[in-house]
Amino acid sequence: MRKSIYIHVPFCEQICHYCDFNKFFLENQPVDEYIDLTIEEMKHTVKKYPQTNAVETIYVGGGTPTSLTTEQLQRLLEAVPKHFDLAEDVEWTVEVNPGSAGTEKFAMMRKAGVNRLSIGAQTFDPELLKAINRDHKPEQVEETVRLALEAGIQNLSVDLMFGLPDHTMEQWKNTLRRAVSLPITHISAYSLKIEPKTVFYQMMNKGKLKLPEQELEAEMYAFMLKFLKESGFDAYEISNFARGEALSRHNLAYWNNDEYYGIGAGAHSYVEGLRIRNHGPLPKYMKSVREKKLPYLEIHEVTFSEKMEEEMFMGLRKRLGVSKERFEARYGQTVQKAFPGVTEDLKKAGWLCETPERFMLTEEGILLGNEVFEKFLFASD
Amino acid sequence: MKPEDRINRRDRIRNFSIIAHIDHGKSTLADRILEKTSALTSREMQDQMLDAMDLERERGITIKLNAVQLLYKAEDGKEYIFHLIDTPGHVDFAYEVSRSLAACEGALLIVDAAQGIEAQTLANVYLALDNDLEILPVINKIDLPSAEPDRVRKEVEDVIGLPGEDCIPASAKAGIGIDEILEAVVKKVPAPSGDPEAPLKAMIFDSLYDPYRGVIVYIRIMEGTVKPGEKIKMMANDKQFEVQEIGVFTPKPVPKEELTVGDVGYMIASIKNVGDSQVGDTVTHAAKPTAEPMPGYRKLNPMVFCGLYPVDTNNYTDLREALEKLELNDSSLQFEAETSQALGFGFRCGFLGLLHMEIIQERIEREFGIDLITTAPSVIYEVTKTDGEVIEIDNPSEMPDAQQVDHVREPYVKAEVMVPNEYVGPVMELCQRKRGDYLDMKYLDENRVNIVYEIPLSEIVYDFFDALKSNTKGYASFDYELIGYKESNLVKMDILLNGEKVDALSIIVHRDSAYDRGKIIAEKLKNLIPRQQFEVPVQASIGQKIIARSTIKAMRKNVLAKCYGGDISRKRKLLEKQKEGKKRMKSVGNVEVPQEAFMSVLSMDENK
Ligand SMILES: Nc1nc2c(ncn2[C@@H]2O[C@H](COP(=O)(O)OP(=O)(O)OP(=O)(O)O)[C@@H](O)[C@H]2O)c(=O)[nH]1
Ligand code: SF4
Ligand SMILES: [Mg+2]
Repeated sequence: MRKSIYIHVPFCEQICHYCDFNKFFLENQPVDEYIDLTIEEMKHTVKKYPQTNAVETIYVGGGTPTSLTTEQLQRLLEAVPKHFDLAEDVEWTVEVNPGSAGTEKFAMMRKAGVNRLSIGAQTFDPELLKAINRDHKPEQVEETVRLALEAGIQNLSVDLMFGLPDHTMEQWKNTLRRAVSLPITHISAYSLKIEPKTVFYQMMNKGKLKLPEQELEAEMYAFMLKFLKESGFDAYEISNFARGEALSRHNLAYWNNDEYYGIGAGAHSYVEGLRIRNHGPLPKYMKSVREKKLPYLEIHEVTFSEKMEEEMFMGLRKRLGVSKERFEARYGQTVQKAFPGVTEDLKKAGWLCETPERFMLTEEGILLGNEVFEKFLFASD
Repeated sequence: MKPEDRINRRDRIRNFSIIAHIDHGKSTLADRILEKTSALTSREMQDQMLDAMDLERERGITIKLNAVQLLYKAEDGKEYIFHLIDTPGHVDFAYEVSRSLAACEGALLIVDAAQGIEAQTLANVYLALDNDLEILPVINKIDLPSAEPDRVRKEVEDVIGLPGEDCIPASAKAGIGIDEILEAVVKKVPAPSGDPEAPLKAMIFDSLYDPYRGVIVYIRIMEGTVKPGEKIKMMANDKQFEVQEIGVFTPKPVPKEELTVGDVGYMIASIKNVGDSQVGDTVTHAAKPTAEPMPGYRKLNPMVFCGLYPVDTNNYTDLREALEKLELNDSSLQFEAETSQALGFGFRCGFLGLLHMEIIQERIEREFGIDLITTAPSVIYEVTKTDGEVIEIDNPSEMPDAQQVDHVREPYVKAEVMVPNEYVGPVMELCQRKRGDYLDMKYLDENRVNIVYEIPLSEIVYDFFDALKSNTKGYASFDYELIGYKESNLVKMDILLNGEKVDALSIIVHRDSAYDRGKIIAEKLKNLIPRQQFEVPVQASIGQKIIARSTIKAMRKNVLAKCYGGDISRKRKLLEKQKEGKKRMKSVGNVEVPQEAFMSVLSMDENK
């Protein structure tokens, strides 16, 4: 079953200090040709891997999709239904940086079919925004939400980050308070991780980055769980919270180990059992599509064991965890049989719990997620 | 070849080494000489061409000697055959130099025009004199703005006693003075003597192991001639082999029909067992052996010891093989099996110095793909027990209980530090702090001073070198020799993780510095050992007494960050890396300890 598409727009107007996504500084980039070529790629892709179902979720991410002009973005968005069959109730998300989209862009998006936004707020603290080199002001988040609603896009998510350099509990509480006071349906909150090839990585190696201790990070996470719950957000995944039914169906597709198309430079797809990574650098990607090739950098056929591993380490991210019935249906054996001893050990450690229907992380297990997930990797040799 | 051709050829051979203090430009000069003489195209040419090991290229230093054959058309119109041996400059590899020199008749002594004579310059000059070599002084790097060729020329005259006017001013980098150097080699380095028709007498000055061809020995022919197909024997053990291939390095190995007097090259003779050929041994014909072997080399005794353990205990035999193969072309390396409660089976290894130790460790990891845990280096202590028995220990964990120890003696070295005037103060302060006894101080000229101290070897091993460098902005040069044992107030300090003593982390320290060292180590370990699922106390103790402590807090949080664009492979890689990382750690008690921790007791800068 393959009913999701991810489309990557690798341009940003300013580069954040923590960012190791595949992105390029917007100025002087061949944006128009890039859009033409992603549309080309859509065409080749469905030819090679025909749809199995109508598309139920689309996610246009980046980079910063809204760094495109209204015309450019429109061209991209309108190409999607030309090449793919969309379901009636498709969930269509676009990532938005506060300040980079206004009335006109939102109206166009709405008209093209977009019905969900993921707004990169990160923090409401002006100092912290500066420290991570985001170019918006806190008020612009509220402004963005207002304009989106006016344009008729109602399913709104806000992205937040914690564990930032010198981050205090007070700042974090304020950010959360301000976020829940908005008429939004969804919050994603990730802790900062320092990745190579970023400004923060450089700073860290020079000893110039003061990151919060694990204790504080854990406290921030615990506070968030409690606070968001009180505010009516349900933690349906480690880092994702929804009001009512507003779960991100696109992300659920990843966590449920379903397949998806990936379009654009550096995009990933999972089709017919293959995990594919596109060329990241623009010249490579573009050259390859121009030459009528699929822009694949690597193709990996997921083995049966890998599928089971992924089912577990992705699935356990969800509050509902991994369904035993589904696992058995997909892999013809029980979780215990596939991973002998693992669930028992993890239960003993207090990180995993079991109901008649499913396995899921305990609250402590959530905080130590990677330690748990690691146990579901078969030894490599 | 006809006998008279061999004589004629012999007279056109010049064998020489390049010697100098570290970084004075030996390898760079070798590059220039290669360009002027050999068939290397400039495309084949790389900087420091003869530094073939990756490790040498990365660090920009020479570790192994390297021999090449070159052809040089001299001003007199004749073509000469040069055998050039580039050597390392660092004191730890002095052994390589002494072997190279034994294969030569002359040496180019490089002195940096800005730095002047340094400790290893002198040490190498004495080695060259011992080997009766013709020394040709070259003042290199005259292109540097800070070059002072005239001062250095005078230094050569005053300190070494070679005539100043013989010094050739040169710049290996800018290609100045290279022709003069080559002509001097032709005119001043004596041709080899020795009878090409006499019984074969060839000295093994190096060897290495090739998985396909067995041991490859590097030989210098002193007398006689050798050809493929001949039966030869090693004089040390009488083992016989048939020569399969002989040849020279250009620097690529090039097979030859014969090697004769004066040749420096290689020999392959299906020697499968690494123990069968020893560096310093003499090769001769099995049927018609030479009367006397060459005197061989003085084997240097290791001064620094540490434990080497495979991270993966299954690699124990691989590690033994790796050590055997390295020993083959580095006979100053010593090892014997040992066991540690914390680390399992491994080897106690002896090295000439710290750099030597580091290099061997790195070569094992790279060339043999074995992950290692290295314990802190130690020296050999001499312990007199209360019952009068005297024991030698090179591993702190063997130290008897304090009640059984009457007294402990430790090795001392005579350390000579050469520095510009203005650093005399800091150097003396450092030597005092390192428990040194002042011996002597001499002005070499108005500006340079030679300071002599007796210092415990363990302090040198610990961090003397780094401290010296940082206290003198790198201007000091330093050399040392072992002088014997002296009594010291030494105690064993243990480290406990989660209440459990970790034998591999024990060290022997002077009582006066035990508290400070204990504190530093406890702090270091706290930072190096990742958080575990529970809190882990780290303690340093002498006997029963805890003298320092720190705590590794329990892990509180470890979750994947943003799931971005469906990049599952990235998450997988992260988890795999995490899992792999744990495999590379040693489980001590129930604490996962990374490799670096075992070395951490070593690298500590008190000034920081
Ligand atoms: N300016 C200048 N630099 C030089 C000259 N000769 C060598 N160097 C530089 O000095 C450094 C050391 O040169 P090497 O040739 O590696 O020195 P070495 O004596 O072989 O060093 P070891 O083998 O480690 O003892 C390098 O950075 C060279 O580029 C020269 O004539 N002039
Ligand atoms: S906006 Fe997003 S993609 Fe662009 S630099 Fe910032 S974090 Fe990276
Ligand atoms: Mg060199």
